[in-house]
Amino acid sequence: MFSTKIKESLIRILGNEFVCDDTETCITYSYDATPLYQELPDGVVFPKTTEDVQKILRLANEHHIPVIGRGSGTNLAADTVPHQGGMVMVMTRMNNIVEIDQENLTITVQPGVLTQAIHEAVEANWLFYPPDPSSMKISTIGGNIAEGSGGLRGLKYGTTRDYVLGLEAVLANGEVIRTGGKLVKDVAGYDMTRLLVGSEGTLAIITEAILKLIPLPETRKTMMAQFNNIDSAARTVSAIIAARIIPCTLEFMDQRTIQVVEDHAKIGLPRDMAAILLIEQDGSPSIVEDDLKKINQICLDFGSVHTHVAQNLAEGTKLMAARRNALSALARCRPTLILEDITVPRSQIATMVKIITDIADHHQLTICTFGHAGDGNLHPTILTDARDSLELPRVEKALADIFAAAIRLGGTITGEHGVGLAKAPYLEWKVGHAGYHALHAIKKALDPTNLLNPGKIFRS
Amino acid sequence: MSTNPWNDLEETLRQTLDEEELTRCMRCGFCLPSCPTYQESGKEAASPRGRIALMKAIHDGKISPDPTFQKQMNYCLGCRACEPACPADVRFGHLLEQSRAAITSHVPTPLWNKLIRRLFFHTLLPHRSRLRIVAVLFFVYQQLGLRTLFLRSGLAKKILPSHLLHMDKALPLASHRGVRERMKTDFHPAHGVAIGRVALFPGCIMDVLFPQTNTHTVQILQAAGYDVILPNKQPCCGALHAHAGEEKKAHQLAKENIDLFLKMDIDWIASNAGGCGAHLIDYPYLLKNSPQWKAFAHSFANRVKDISELILAGRPLTLHPLQQRVTYQSSCHLQNGMKVEKEPLNLLSLIPKIELVELAESERCCGSAGIYNLTHPHTSFHILDEKMERIRHTQANTIVTSNPGCLLQLTIGIHRARLQNQLRALHLIDFLMESMKAETSTDSASETPIKNY
Ligand SMILES: Cc1cc2nc3c(=O)[nH]c(=O)nc-3n(C[C@H](O)[C@H](O)[C@H](O)COP(=O)(O)OP(=O)(O)OC[C@H]3O[C@@H](n4cnc5c(N)ncnc54)[C@H](O)[C@@H]3O)c2cc1C
Ligand code: SF4
Ligand code: SF4
Repeated sequence: MFSTKIKESLIRILGNEFVCDDTETCITYSYDATPLYQELPDGVVFPKTTEDVQKILRLANEHHIPVIGRGSGTNLAADTVPHQGGMVMVMTRMNNIVEIDQENLTITVQPGVLTQAIHEAVEANWLFYPPDPSSMKISTIGGNIAEGSGGLRGLKYGTTRDYVLGLEAVLANGEVIRTGGKLVKDVAGYDMTRLLVGSEGTLAIITEAILKLIPLPETRKTMMAQFNNIDSAARTVSAIIAARIIPCTLEFMDQRTIQVVEDHAKIGLPRDMAAILLIEQDGSPSIVEDDLKKINQICLDFGSVHTHVAQNLAEGTKLMAARRNALSALARCRPTLILEDITVPRSQIATMVKIITDIADHHQLTICTFGHAGDGNLHPTILTDARDSLELPRVEKALADIFAAAIRLGGTITGEHGVGLAKAPYLEWKVGHAGYHALHAIKKALDPTNLLNPGKIFRS
Repeated sequence: MSTNPWNDLEETLRQTLDEEELTRCMRCGFCLPSCPTYQESGKEAASPRGRIALMKAIHDGKISPDPTFQKQMNYCLGCRACEPACPADVRFGHLLEQSRAAITSHVPTPLWNKLIRRLFFHTLLPHRSRLRIVAVLFFVYQQLGLRTLFLRSGLAKKILPSHLLHMDKALPLASHRGVRERMKTDFHPAHGVAIGRVALFPGCIMDVLFPQTNTHTVQILQAAGYDVILPNKQPCCGALHAHAGEEKKAHQLAKENIDLFLKMDIDWIASNAGGCGAHLIDYPYLLKNSPQWKAFAHSFANRVKDISELILAGRPLTLHPLQQRVTYQSSCHLQNGMKVEKEPLNLLSLIPKIELVELAESERCCGSAGIYNLTHPHTSFHILDEKMERIRHTQANTIVTSNPGCLLQLTIGIHRARLQNQLRALHLIDFLMESMKAETSTDSASETPIKNY
């Protein structure tokens, strides 16, 4: 609950309806999509304008109340769990698309706009905003920016980070800053835009974003290749890139994932295969045709036992269903699903997958691995039960082992989900002692009283 | 039992909420965009994920239920649009029914509410003969206008008079003669060699407000090659009871229906109301705590088919051209409960010359949701008005659906949007019948008069 004084001040800013501190509200803003984390906030506020955000932050600053920015609460790092209490600031009322600029090829949006709404708005104008996290139907662009979210098209088009041209944000002291702009080039000062991308709500509250758009690709085509050993699949991935072809999607599923998907969705996947690759290319029809022919040949040359090229878009959608069904299939196996997102250099994919299999066996756990093979971003997914007190400690150990292995192979503990609370203990493994302190110095400079999303990224 | 009803409610919720279902929710939020009340309010507590979190908090002893919990459960439409959106296959409908049942059995309701509930759920719905007598009285009410009734009942404070006016206009004339009275006998042979034996589940609301549709259902099933049997004294399916938390009555009705239909020599039980069908196939879950009923409930549920599935599997109908622009609004429970999505559209597309236009967001609830339009008129009509805007956009002159509640709601919507002269709402079956009866040679079909109930 807010103190009476704070509540009155908040109500003066936002009105009664948008300041809530009842039990029902606190319970329903105590979690995000991260399993095993839940903590109650003091209350929840729903600002509508940048000025609202400024006023709330000034008030919070004055009374030392932590502020946790929140979009749709779908992040997987416990990033919106208010684990030190405080005020959850829900950004979903700021959901206007401000402008689509056809000359500069940009879109300007408020942070609460859903990712999918951006896709729909720009595609209606034959433009393209490539980042496509699987959660895009519900994730907000503010959340995407704050997490630096990726997606299936990351290999060819990059991630959210590569499309943010400028930001308006409110700092912990209530001051508004504007970074970047509708500019392709801009080296005036440090790159604050990139600093705020992936800052997980710990440096500023984002209130507006200018995003880069590109022309919408004319068409796309999909294929699937099956492998009876992981190494051939991994070598194929490298060979495709080495042949100077960058497909827009290059997804990987291991045998355990294939079997689980097949058990649940019955779409005719080969249960006996060690891995499958799902590959999609987009662009002009002739290039797409040409690339897929070459990719198909590479798959066969590098040991694929069976390939299938979709003849039309509908068939392509069917092939991709295997990947889209992966999460639901896994989610139905056991009550709790822990979705990780380590990333390793492309050349280490096979090694990493094998290590994960060993770790799973060693700790007697079910871990299915799928992911964005093209960019080395793997999703080892642990299937467990939050109520199983014997299994959970083994899960913890397995996670630590997986992070350690990824780093050993030159990789990272998270490719697109963020550090948050869940991976804060491991951050230093990746960035080192000096790196950790450099990051912390930035946090201290911008948010000296640790007001914004405290306890996230850095161990508290 | 303690004297505090909220304590008793807490106890019951802890015992009856399905823990597996609660734990299976991984809080991914994928259900949020499909939830009408989340869209409307923008608050997590009014979303499926939020409601589950509240139930779980009570189940885990973190909070105690209070009037806000009750309010939140009532605010839910029960449309189950959150279910197909859920990767983890959480059956939200079950959790909602368990919550509402516990609330109904413990929390004292205002007297007028209790009386209406008693009248509706216990005295009328289970007995179609009584419902039919009321139909006649209802007719009188209709002439007087429903307004007076509601003004007295205390609901009036919540309802704007204009809402009532629209409802009043939209209600079809209730009939005291159901399908059995109309068709005289209880056996109606297939045209040609029978490919199967089907019992029609006539439904209560359907049979009182849309008996003609039931008659058409029988005739079309015959044409599709089925022997049709009209059961005598078929009880209500209990869906409205279960949704409103009248659990005991719902169990009793389920058992009566299983008893009745399993005694018959039939292959299928045909449902032409999504709301009934979805509940009928859920009998095994409803009776999960009565082991002696398990096998029967499964055997019953396996026979239940939506009418569109049976027609598609039957002999092709002789359909004549209808030059009409038509769109389709799915019934929530047909789609999310029975998982029948494409079949009605496939049937419509068989009609020659028909211009079938896709309705954007046709999977979204129309706001009818049982008696939701009476209990939450503002939300219900807000949702409905958005729906009507989408429908207007299709420029269709017929909107086809397959559930009596939706049919009523859409008809109300047509009145609210003042589209009476260019748009009508029709049950899939009645539309098929129109095509079967249409003159082959003339193109007068294009001038089919707009008929509203
Ligand atoms: C099933 C599932 C699949 C997923 N798939 C992917 C995927 O393919 N790729 C991927 O990258 N991620 C994925 N995610 C993770 C998640 O969807 C993303 O992290 C997403 O960007 C979160 O958006 P959100 O609106 O839910 O943000 P939230 O979860 O509400 O917040 C995320 C972070 O952003 C901060 N924040 C939110 N709004 C603002 C703001 N206006 N200003 C400052 N900080 C703010 C919060 O404080 C928090 O730190 C998936 C998640 C789930 C559950
Ligand atoms: S049943 Fe409908 S209204 Fe209720 S939570 Fe699910 S989607 Fe929302
Ligand atoms: S989609 Fe299913 S698992 Fe995800 S939050 Fe909703 S109910 Fe829970």
